[in-house]
Amino acid sequence: MLRFILSRLAMAIPTVVLVSVTVFALIRFIPGDPAALMLGDMAQPDQIAAMRVELGLDRSMPQQFLIWAGDVLRGDFGRSIVNDEAVLPLVVSRFLVSAEIVVVAVLLASLIAVPAGVIAAWRQNSLTDLALVGTATVLLSIPTFWLGLLLLLLFGLKLGWLPVLGYVSISDNLVDGLLYLVLPVVTLVIHEAGVLIRMARASTLEVLRLDYITHARAKGLSEGAVLWRHAFKNAFGPTWTMIGLILGNLLGGIAVIETVFTIPGLGRLMVDSIFARDYPVIQGCLLFVALSYVLVNLVIDLLYPLFDPRVVAE
Amino acid sequence: MKKLTLNGLIGGILIAVLLVTAAVGLFWTPFDPMKLSFTARLAAPGAAHLLGTDEFGRDVLSRLMVGARASVWIGALTVGFAVICGTLIGLISGYARGWVDGVIMAVNNALLAFPGILLALGLLAVFGANQYGIIFALGIAYTPSMARVVRGAVLSLREREFIEASRVMGNGELYTMLRHILPNCLAPITVLATSMFGWAILSESALSFLGLGVPPPAPTWGNMLAAGRPFLQQAAWLGLFPGLCIALTLLGINLLGDALRDKLDPRMRGLK
Repeated sequence: MLRFILSRLAMAIPTVVLVSVTVFALIRFIPGDPAALMLGDMAQPDQIAAMRVELGLDRSMPQQFLIWAGDVLRGDFGRSIVNDEAVLPLVVSRFLVSAEIVVVAVLLASLIAVPAGVIAAWRQNSLTDLALVGTATVLLSIPTFWLGLLLLLLFGLKLGWLPVLGYVSISDNLVDGLLYLVLPVVTLVIHEAGVLIRMARASTLEVLRLDYITHARAKGLSEGAVLWRHAFKNAFGPTWTMIGLILGNLLGGIAVIETVFTIPGLGRLMVDSIFARDYPVIQGCLLFVALSYVLVNLVIDLLYPLFDPRVVAE
Repeated sequence: MKKLTLNGLIGGILIAVLLVTAAVGLFWTPFDPMKLSFTARLAAPGAAHLLGTDEFGRDVLSRLMVGARASVWIGALTVGFAVICGTLIGLISGYARGWVDGVIMAVNNALLAFPGILLALGLLAVFGANQYGIIFALGIAYTPSMARVVRGAVLSLREREFIEASRVMGNGELYTMLRHILPNCLAPITVLATSMFGWAILSESALSFLGLGVPPPAPTWGNMLAAGRPFLQQAAWLGLFPGLCIALTLLGINLLGDALRDKLDPRMRGLK
């Protein structure tokens, strides 16, 4: 077990290094002098020259990378060009807003979708199965930003049940905060449930074909016991991996939802920074999300043996 | 089997409607999609304007038709880019093996470690937010998945007897690769390319919705949704129809993708 954990950790290290190099390189690809970009349009030539030295742009690329990576390791992600705010605290505060929505949504989606997928597989080719798979395919085809707009139109504007614009943090006011969370979370749950129902169904089907399931049934076990104790436990692995991928993807792709519901999250910060050409913030967001994605997938991997102990033996 | 054909049929019809609409939109639209008319502002769907007009009095149906063209065009170029680059990289990597493969796959995996849309956002910062920026950004973001799938297929193929036979017969490496290995990779490439077409259309509309895509006044489904947002209460159709177009297109691609996957690649059956 310890060897499994250590090997997974060791595998993550090169990924982290390569991800950092990619983020570093990406920003360097932007046409123009980074020093001039960081100082904005009003910079004087001597300011740019001083900035070049400060950023280490007069050194070789590998040296520049090491300086940047060293700063990042010390928690110094640089400062925003727009308002001189330190990037890391800014990114973290916005990340917490996004994470709240994403985590709650993925949790709820899994709780609904996984049992639905298992039932669909259990009743393969029945009307129930057809209805569940059909619904799932329709749900995952609806773009979240459109679904969000429709829900906003119905529950916010027409019925007036839920707030339309703005955002209140749960930590400031629990009830209001929850009200503001309802629509974005429901939007994400509907979409992601579509993805997860299909995944859970597919992996359950694979398992239900196996001989040991027939054996369990022949032993006289109830269908409930066969499904839950034998099929579900072995079928959950791929779905678990998918949950991790969705979690990471949402952290990167939640910008549209945050735009629809005017939520000041990480996605919105990233998009606003692209508009403002605020490169240190773009770089910070990219690095932070990519590293969280690696981390989420690492945790998912490390917990995988709970569902499928065979991976440790390999 | 019956269900599979039903999937393929519905998906095929939806995609055919999309392609025909886009093609017709090249030559003819009911109204000039860019023509402003202040007397017809926010007109509800009716006999004159089937799907209503927008805040500038432009005909929504005409704009949706031109938007279909933009979606298909951007989707096709993005997928084309990812298929060509990904296939080349995958072929080289899988066939060369050794350190070449090691280096290529290390870079590939680093790119795969980014959520796709995030990488696209980062690349958009580099290329600039416009039509071609989107195509390059999404194309680069999707290339690693294609490279990985092709490499996997090549690695398993190159150990097969018929590839060995081709070598023994004295065929060159390049000939073997193009004549025998590539055609056998087409099934997984087709399956992935179909899904990618859907991802590309969805991402394009999401980016346009965010204002990072095709800039107005040129209509795309995404920027039409974004532009219609402030008027939703008076003119719900502005929020309804562009989104419906995106959703139906994605549904068509997903159904067609399922049908293709079941037909071409039984191993991938039922996966997302």
